Amino acid sequence: MASPTRRSDLAAWLFLAPYLALFVTFVLIPIVYGLWISLHSWDFMLPDKPFIGLDNYISLMSPDSVNFSPFWQSMQASAIFTVASVPLLLVVPLAVALVMNANFRGRNVVRAIYFAPYVLGVAVVGVVWRFVLDTNVGALNWLLGALGLPDSIAWLSSLPAAWVALVGVTVWWTLGFNAVIFLAGLQDIPKELYEAAKVDGASKWQAFRNVTLPGLRQVTAFVTMITIIASANMFGQSYVMTSGAPGQETRTAIMYIAQDGLQNFRMGQAAAASWILTLALMLLSLAIFAVFRDRSGGETA
Amino acid sequence: MNATPWYSRTHAALPPLSRRGFLWLGAGAATAYLAGCGGGEGVGGAAEGEGVGGFSGEAYSGPDVTLDYWNGFTGGDGPAMRALVKKFDAEHDNIAIKNNSISWPDFYQQLPAATQAGKGPDVGVMHLDQIATNAARGVIVPLDDLAEALDLTEDNFAPSVWGPGIYEDQRYSIPFDVHTIAMYYNKEHFKEAGISEPPTDAASLDEALQKLQQAGFDQPFWMPNLWPAHLMFLSLLWQFGGEPYGGDGTEATFGSEAGVQALTWMVEQIDKGYSPTNVEADAQYTAFKNGDTSITWDGIWQINDLQDSGVPFGIAPIPTIGDEPAAWANSHNFFLPSGAADDENVANAAKTLIGWMSEQSADWSDAGMIPALNAAREQAAFMESPQYALKEQIGHLHFLSPVPGLGEVTPETIEVAVNEAVLGTKSVEDALADAQEDAAKLVEDVLEQYQG
Repeated sequence: MASPTRRSDLAAWLFLAPYLALFVTFVLIPIVYGLWISLHSWDFMLPDKPFIGLDNYISLMSPDSVNFSPFWQSMQASAIFTVASVPLLLVVPLAVALVMNANFRGRNVVRAIYFAPYVLGVAVVGVVWRFVLDTNVGALNWLLGALGLPDSIAWLSSLPAAWVALVGVTVWWTLGFNAVIFLAGLQDIPKELYEAAKVDGASKWQAFRNVTLPGLRQVTAFVTMITIIASANMFGQSYVMTSGAPGQETRTAIMYIAQDGLQNFRMGQAAAASWILTLALMLLSLAIFAVFRDRSGGETA
Repeated sequence: MNATPWYSRTHAALPPLSRRGFLWLGAGAATAYLAGCGGGEGVGGAAEGEGVGGFSGEAYSGPDVTLDYWNGFTGGDGPAMRALVKKFDAEHDNIAIKNNSISWPDFYQQLPAATQAGKGPDVGVMHLDQIATNAARGVIVPLDDLAEALDLTEDNFAPSVWGPGIYEDQRYSIPFDVHTIAMYYNKEHFKEAGISEPPTDAASLDEALQKLQQAGFDQPFWMPNLWPAHLMFLSLLWQFGGEPYGGDGTEATFGSEAGVQALTWMVEQIDKGYSPTNVEADAQYTAFKNGDTSITWDGIWQINDLQDSGVPFGIAPIPTIGDEPAAWANSHNFFLPSGAADDENVANAAKTLIGWMSEQSADWSDAGMIPALNAAREQAAFMESPQYALKEQIGHLHFLSPVPGLGEVTPETIEVAVNEAVLGTKSVEDALADAQEDAAKLVEDVLEQYQG
């Protein structure tokens, strides 16, 4: 009696084993090890790695410590970027996916064009846009000038222009990925529902509101979550395009953590900062999850 | 793209040597030299303190070895280093070199980790101001026996490159070159504007800039706010009699009156219309190469790149804007990593390479550098190089204090203040005061980290 269950348990574990091994080795152990490091004054080359309990966390939380303002400034930068980029990275790719889903000649070309930037590395994207956005010799300001618009906007070294540039480049770069996922979601919505809506005399907008959006709920929840996490972890764009300038206003949390831990060798401090960022993201993910859950529960009822 | 901007982040972290620090180190150098006389006569074990392997100065004659050689010569200096490595390979049958050039920021990040993991280099080059940090962290080992075998002492070298290679009375490095920033100018622009001599002080520079503007070069001197802006600031700070760090690196003093004067002058160049606002990363250098600006201050390692670009450039010492001539400088130094010290053959082969390289110092002028060895600066290879025009500046070079960990303070403070003031997001006074306050805390933190 028990044996079939046990056997299927075993089979399940066997199927899971390869991923589990990778997960444990490259995710779980580093996370726990990171927690351990965050409780020490840790420099891997110095013989002395004194245990200091929660001092790293306390120092990140106390306003008069040297780490407080750079860390929270970087957290704020990540937050600004996330708030500005996530809505755009949901709406624009959805619109693009709707276009891609329509029937027209050259549809595959359009799909390829929108997805193309995503295959580029962040270094390539950053360097190319740095040239385009250069205040004094960049193509964008030249173009704006030719159109009679203000042509001396410091896209990479003044606020809020730098945020506009960073968000804009990120949307251009990554919208293809989100659009493809939305597209897959759109193609999963049964055609019958649209036909039924048509029979009921629904307008295009009503069909979108009542068929498309509810049909995309799961996909949207997923896209929202990964986009928030990706945006909160933004690093390369700032690193390559603005170097954190003006001052350190566009230095994101990950950029601060990388510099603190890998360049300045304060790994304990950096590990603690990573944990604070991780906890913040976990809480945010739970909140998003709850938002999408509630609504779906409400509507099925 | 040239490699230099990337060099900035950590290289920027490279402290020069203050006058007070210089004296202090001079004393240290003397002590270390005396200490070094005690051993290192080709005896292994006993020489442990002075250098692994007890290098005797003879070329390595053991079994064949391959040396992993790491450096950061990814820019205009790369080809010159590869040529030297090739020559060494040809002359030494039993030593093969694997040359690995990594951009400096990555270099300083990877070196400790790789050494720790046993995957590090067998020999390498790093900046003078990184020696103390890496010695303190056990990444590199002493080389007293090598210096002694090669008969190298402080007297053989350009001023102030010897001292910072000593940490806790032991020598960790063999200086190879000195590099500094210079004033590059467009010869054709100067001719059109009727300027016959490169400017040498604030007044003549201002006059030249006005002439250039009258000749139709509207923005003749673009002022950067990122790399190498802080090198300009440091040079000017020393010119006005200031010091970035005082008390042997235990306090930050760059916000002094001299600092305010230095940074104010930089901002003024924009206010006077000689420079556009918001010059983005590298834009001043690109503009100079394209002939869009007439004067730029940058590192001498750009010489090869400028020659390749075909721009008709001249090179001169940076003008004395303050009270006395001064310029930021750094130096490339050979080191032996702790990993190589485990194997006597590898250590001795590495030392053979270092000794040989040191003898080729003059040829290293091809990289745009100034040889650190005094004798090499009297050879044709240097005297015929473009950077020979800077010979007067060699007596006025300043290095950042070689205090362990101090390198990480500069990018977080001085670079930020320069960026904010030049961009105009803060006043000069506020930017410097805020940065100095941050630096005071950071310095305290760093001292604790390296003493604990």
